[in-house]
Amino acid sequence: MKGIGPLLLMICFFLCTQKKAFSQSMVKIEGGSYIPLYGRDSAKIIVRDFLMDVYPVTNEAFLSFVKEYPTWQKDKVRRLFADDNYLNDWESPISPGEKISLKAPVTNISWFAAKYYCECQDKRLPTIDEWEYVAMADETKKDARKDSTYNQKILEWYETPRTHKKEIGNTFKNYWGVYDMHGLVWEWTFDFNSVLISGASRKDMDNDRNLFCGSAAIGANDLMNYAAFMRYAFRGSIKANFAVKNLGFRCVKDIQDPSKNNSSNHKID
Amino acid sequence: MKSIFKSKRLSAEKVLIVCAFFIAACSNQQQSETPADQIQVAGTMDAELTAPPNVPLPVRNREAKKLIVNMEVLEKEGEMTDGVSYVYWTFGGSVPGSFIRTRVGDEVEFHLKNHPDNKLPHNIDLHAVTGPGGGATSSFVAPGHETQFSFKVINPGLYVYHCATAPVGMHIANGMYGLILVEPEGGLKKVDKEYYVMQGDFYTKGEYGKTGLQPFDMNKAIDEDADYVVFNGKVGSLTGDGAITANVGETVRLFVGNGGPNLVSSFHVIGEIFDKVYVEGGSMINEDVQTTLIPAGGAAIVEFKIDVPGTFILVDHSIFRAFNKGALGMLKVQGEDNKTIYSGKQSEGIYNPEGGSIQEMPGESDIPEEAVAQSLSDRMELGKQVYSRTCFACHQANGEGIANAFPPLANSDYLNADVNRAIDIVLNGKSGEITVNGVKYNSVMTKQVLSDEEVANVLTYVYNSWGNNKTEVTPAMVKSRKTGH
Repeated sequence: MKGIGPLLLMICFFLCTQKKAFSQSMVKIEGGSYIPLYGRDSAKIIVRDFLMDVYPVTNEAFLSFVKEYPTWQKDKVRRLFADDNYLNDWESPISPGEKISLKAPVTNISWFAAKYYCECQDKRLPTIDEWEYVAMADETKKDARKDSTYNQKILEWYETPRTHKKEIGNTFKNYWGVYDMHGLVWEWTFDFNSVLISGASRKDMDNDRNLFCGSAAIGANDLMNYAAFMRYAFRGSIKANFAVKNLGFRCVKDIQDPSKNNSSNHKID
Repeated sequence: MKSIFKSKRLSAEKVLIVCAFFIAACSNQQQSETPADQIQVAGTMDAELTAPPNVPLPVRNREAKKLIVNMEVLEKEGEMTDGVSYVYWTFGGSVPGSFIRTRVGDEVEFHLKNHPDNKLPHNIDLHAVTGPGGGATSSFVAPGHETQFSFKVINPGLYVYHCATAPVGMHIANGMYGLILVEPEGGLKKVDKEYYVMQGDFYTKGEYGKTGLQPFDMNKAIDEDADYVVFNGKVGSLTGDGAITANVGETVRLFVGNGGPNLVSSFHVIGEIFDKVYVEGGSMINEDVQTTLIPAGGAAIVEFKIDVPGTFILVDHSIFRAFNKGALGMLKVQGEDNKTIYSGKQSEGIYNPEGGSIQEMPGESDIPEEAVAQSLSDRMELGKQVYSRTCFACHQANGEGIANAFPPLANSDYLNADVNRAIDIVLNGKSGEITVNGVKYNSVMTKQVLSDEEVANVLTYVYNSWGNNKTEVTPAMVKSRKTGH
């Protein structure tokens, strides 16, 4: 945690001043409550109403963004905010090149870049709880986690290579009208690193027994959690300046009191 | 030492005793002086990594070193068996992962690289590591990134390594395991051939043999209901051209691991006895072992001297896994026969437990006549019975055979091309390479002890099933092959 002071300063410095929209349609997600993966012990999560981007952010949209905000072009970005992989598939700082579809989700984006992008449109990154809440839904149900075919499908997507090259809208439209929550790219969340996974999932039972109680805790009825395990493991492996080929993002927006706290969620015990 | 040799009055005997004492003291010192964790390293070297069935060069007498291991994690599509593909997650591009060979006292600097095209984070837990998680925590790495950690190997033995990222079972089930060998100081005793074999069980959405890209099936994995149980990541990796080889008179050492995720292996080599087994890969040596248990997440070293030529079959002796799920490999041995140790079939005759002296009363006939087919449908019915008890085990219920081991009889171009050749094979057996439906087989079919009637029936059954050309084979045809030519 060394150098957190300068870091905060720099983040403040980089706070988006000119808000601009890069045309992205959103849909309303009705709030509700659910028990997430790590909340076995009756820790229900309440999610308030919010708006979510229908699709992940595309190369095209991000291209407009870096043209508007040149400090986020790959040759200018500060290494503190994005590692060497940042936009490294792009042919040049202001062009993805012909091999990359403009309609494909933008990837190799750091958390800082994603967060800044959203803020510039008066939006923000979704919290893990919000993202997972929307991701529970299949075509017809708000919560399809108990549907084994739904989970099997998600696992199969996770195993399919190079899906990040597909264009947005390729996967199904879920209950809320949101596309591509599964099957295209991993997505950044605002508090991605609030759930720490050491990597040795068996060891985590000491740190947070609710999160990874070792394989022994995974009975057949918890099969629904396997896909979520993989997302949490992924989130645990990344840092805010990492840019990863399979990792993109989308934004959300509060419906009420957008000026208040970023997080619209509360844990109740 | 000098002073001893100066004194010429010492008897030769005394000199010998003194020398022997010194030598013993010296070698004792070498073996036991420094605790393994305090062995100093001398220099740095890059570890040789090999894909199965090969292993890196032995350590022999080299000093302990700082050993750099560069291991890349690759998620990639591969072939499970003919026509069936699977997305494997691998250490170093192979299943099992690259073999790592070290000696006691080595300080391993481990670099784990997660390829940018990969979708998932990974890590590595090496059972040879003394430390929490076996390296798992320290090596956790996102796609497109690299982590580094170091450890000193202090216990000799053969150890499994595997990925331990959640969900652990799925990472292992997709092929993320391999072996790391820690040789004692001075190395393992020299042998002629060394190979790397590792068993694993796989769970696919489609049943065994269902073609196409088969995804991992979590439910089957939880139920421990394996579709494939294989050596070295796929059906037939150690058969045909992939078979491991040796010559008569050589000693073979197999480093055998079991990645699991679920099943325990009853490892056996048909036609060999393990002269030595390093039980569970540790320091205890058992001798003269037929089948050794290899736990999931465990290993064993087996050694045997080969005395006779031929094909020796590696199996998991939980035998349906071998013949129906793929756990079958081959060791092909060339060299001179040794008829004292193994004669081959010496004679074949009538077995009559009652002795030959019992005479049948004239006219009395309690022995049922052999059923004689009166029609094609009779012949089919009787032939099916013969098939079930004689041919089924290898050629399988629907004539599909076993990939790389036993050729198919269904839709078989080889079969349909020549009925006389087919009769000859049933009568005389067949060995050597043949090509069936474009695939090469190099296996052995033994001579079948069947009557002319039975041969005719079973071949008729085969020819009239599974898309073959509907030839009817008669006992007369069989007889003519025996006598005619």
